[in-house]
Amino acid sequence: MIAELGHYALVLALGLALVQAVVPLIGARNRDPALISVARPVALAQFVFVVLAFAALAACYVRSDFSVANVFENSHTAMPLVYKFTSVWGNHEGSMLLWVLILSLFGALVALFGNNLPSTLQAHVLAVQSWIAAAFYLFILVTSNPFLRLADAPFEGRDLNPILQDFGLAIHPPLLYLGYVGCSISFSFAVAALLEGRIDAAWARWVRPWTLAAWMSLTVGIAMGSYWAYYELGWGGWGFWDPVENASFMPWLATTALLHSAVVMEKRDALKVWTVLLAILAFSLSLMGTFLVRSGVLTSVHTFASDPTRGVFILAILVLFIGGSLALYAWRAPLLKQGGLFAPISREGALVFNNLFLTTACATVFVGTLYPLALEALTGEKISVGAPFFNATFGPLFVPLLAAVPFGPLLAWKRGDLLGAAQRLLAAMAVALIAMAATFAFEGPRPVLAPFGLGLALYVMVGAVTDIVERTMLFRAPLGVALRRGAGLPRSTWGTAFAHFGLGVALLGIVGETQWGSERIASLKPGDKVAIRRYDLTFEGTVPRAGPNYRELAARFTVRRGGEVIGVMEPAKRTFATRSMTTTEAALMRRGFSQLYLSLGDQSADGSIAVRLYHKPLVLLIWLGAVVMFVGGGLSLSDRRLRVGAPKPAKAKAALQPAE
Amino acid sequence: MTRKQRRLALLGAGLGVLGVAAALILSALKDSIVFFNSPTDIVDKHIAPGTRIRLGGLVSPGSLERGDNLAIRFQVTDGNKAVNVAYQGILPDLFREGQGVVAEGALDGAGVFKADNVLAKHDESYMPKEVADALKKQGHWKDDYDKKTGAAAQGKAR
Repeated sequence: MIAELGHYALVLALGLALVQAVVPLIGARNRDPALISVARPVALAQFVFVVLAFAALAACYVRSDFSVANVFENSHTAMPLVYKFTSVWGNHEGSMLLWVLILSLFGALVALFGNNLPSTLQAHVLAVQSWIAAAFYLFILVTSNPFLRLADAPFEGRDLNPILQDFGLAIHPPLLYLGYVGCSISFSFAVAALLEGRIDAAWARWVRPWTLAAWMSLTVGIAMGSYWAYYELGWGGWGFWDPVENASFMPWLATTALLHSAVVMEKRDALKVWTVLLAILAFSLSLMGTFLVRSGVLTSVHTFASDPTRGVFILAILVLFIGGSLALYAWRAPLLKQGGLFAPISREGALVFNNLFLTTACATVFVGTLYPLALEALTGEKISVGAPFFNATFGPLFVPLLAAVPFGPLLAWKRGDLLGAAQRLLAAMAVALIAMAATFAFEGPRPVLAPFGLGLALYVMVGAVTDIVERTMLFRAPLGVALRRGAGLPRSTWGTAFAHFGLGVALLGIVGETQWGSERIASLKPGDKVAIRRYDLTFEGTVPRAGPNYRELAARFTVRRGGEVIGVMEPAKRTFATRSMTTTEAALMRRGFSQLYLSLGDQSADGSIAVRLYHKPLVLLIWLGAVVMFVGGGLSLSDRRLRVGAPKPAKAKAALQPAE
Repeated sequence: MTRKQRRLALLGAGLGVLGVAAALILSALKDSIVFFNSPTDIVDKHIAPGTRIRLGGLVSPGSLERGDNLAIRFQVTDGNKAVNVAYQGILPDLFREGQGVVAEGALDGAGVFKADNVLAKHDESYMPKEVADALKKQGHWKDDYDKKTGAAAQGKAR
């Protein structure tokens, strides 16, 4: 019964979405307030029904109702409750339901907190949002219905893919989807602006918080996915330009660019047409990300069972929305008024530079990800484009961007002083040069990229701090004055500094891991030792254990450094009986920001066991950097200027989402 | 500068960056892409030793041999031809005889494929798309090809 209610709720949501997609538009055309006012309650009701549908599926999972095909295929009574719940989106159908849940949530938030929007703009935004929602409800109902019943209910389910039985599944997909779907808001705003043929600085002020929220979710979502893959897959990779990773990385690049161009538009009323295009592109890339991951057209290590027949439907959605919005853009964008003037050397100029390089870098990733598809479609030749391609294209484009990052905040609006900014960055450059020289001296010229990467990362980090130091007059004024000035700085300034600092931190982690990481592979018998860097690991023996729905063979290793025991690592092999599938549970040992990473291979007949041991210097900084960026985004989001409908003074309002 | 000149400067800068990117992409595409080949392709195309390629197919049942120091040998087949693969290291969890596999590496002088990377998959019922296609292609190409294996392989591919 619950499944049928869920199904019914979803059908009703589709009906409401269709109403919301049409009625407010007619209202906005004819300036009919009655029709316009339909949008808000309907958006809220739509959200309620999707919540009901989602709750119904979750209930089926939690109660292990195996008469529902989707539950049967992805759940098991022996699974811990948390995984029963996360299994809801650990499969195609459920994850699409999560997608529309978040989509309707954003629609409801616009309806709730969008009081300050001009009513026609809000009507347009909600209508566009509903077009997307309607397409995806239809997609779920027609091709991927999670509520289908089985004629004979089996006693036991087929279990969730063991790799997904991890807490990462509870965090990564919802965050990533928040990011993907969050882009739909800026998209809807962009299309609404095109439909209205009108756009101004206020538009950017409304769009920026949504973009910021989406960007924050994408940032941590990607970082979480990377960390999850890192510890779960057993080969210690945190990202290697896999197509599915690129699919989430491209929207991140685009939203990063959008954030920066929206600043220009808000402050200087310039770059309007470009910002609208970026908003469209960011969501298009998110849609494409969903399509690439869900349709199985790409071969990826991260692909879970996928069904190509559905790909055609998603492809149709893709063509409709991307093609439609771009056509609308080509038709209507010339109507939008041009913005203000600025000199090339200025804050605006720096942000344009940022946009230019970010979008170009994004384009290279796009080419690398889709070229194999295009080539296969055209010639039938199958190729794979791997890390060397992206390192050779993305890298050279990202380096100038990183070099420019500290300059941006130091340049004034309209006309900046490049020399002055460079002088203020002398400290950052000095730190970078000293670090480079020191690395070169101690480590020698190999690996060749290491000193350079290290210097660049430190330069970005110190550069981010420089801006704050300059503004608070730290070291020049008494500490009390500096602190007071610091507290008085706009939160968005702190946000910028944090985000840029986080970028440097992540870069430092990447440089450390890729340039100084080491790896050992060995076959060990109990009592054998393996050494890496200054650590010695002794294999003590294996211990069999049983978990709720698996058996595992753990191998015990004592870790010594300089003869002193510093801990025990217990990597394991888990066998899940239901799917007769084995997973590797790596053991991690944190040393500062570095990690020892140990995972098991096969056990041979003579009792020796294969192990893979990595020393990963500074690896934790990669994800810590993303967290710092997230904090920066949060600080920026809490800025009063964004929270309240400027230019009105603060009308303190306990709003979660700042869209007024 | 006038508005027009500024716009031209911006456009020029944009085109410049795009041009650099295009050059980077073209040079990288020449050097760093890896072609996918089935065992039949490898035999028929006479791929030069040392060229980096990806090899995909099924691990021939009974072909897996483990040597000292984690040396591993197995055969990859598409039902038509087979290629010997040598690998040193740890195989992914889902590596099984009779299952699809993608290995990256190069042929040596003796025609043995030296793999430095054997790709892992997340899902036991998932067949790498290239492998599925290669198998289907073989199934269509060769009529006297063992029907049963072909059917099983195609069934898996779906």
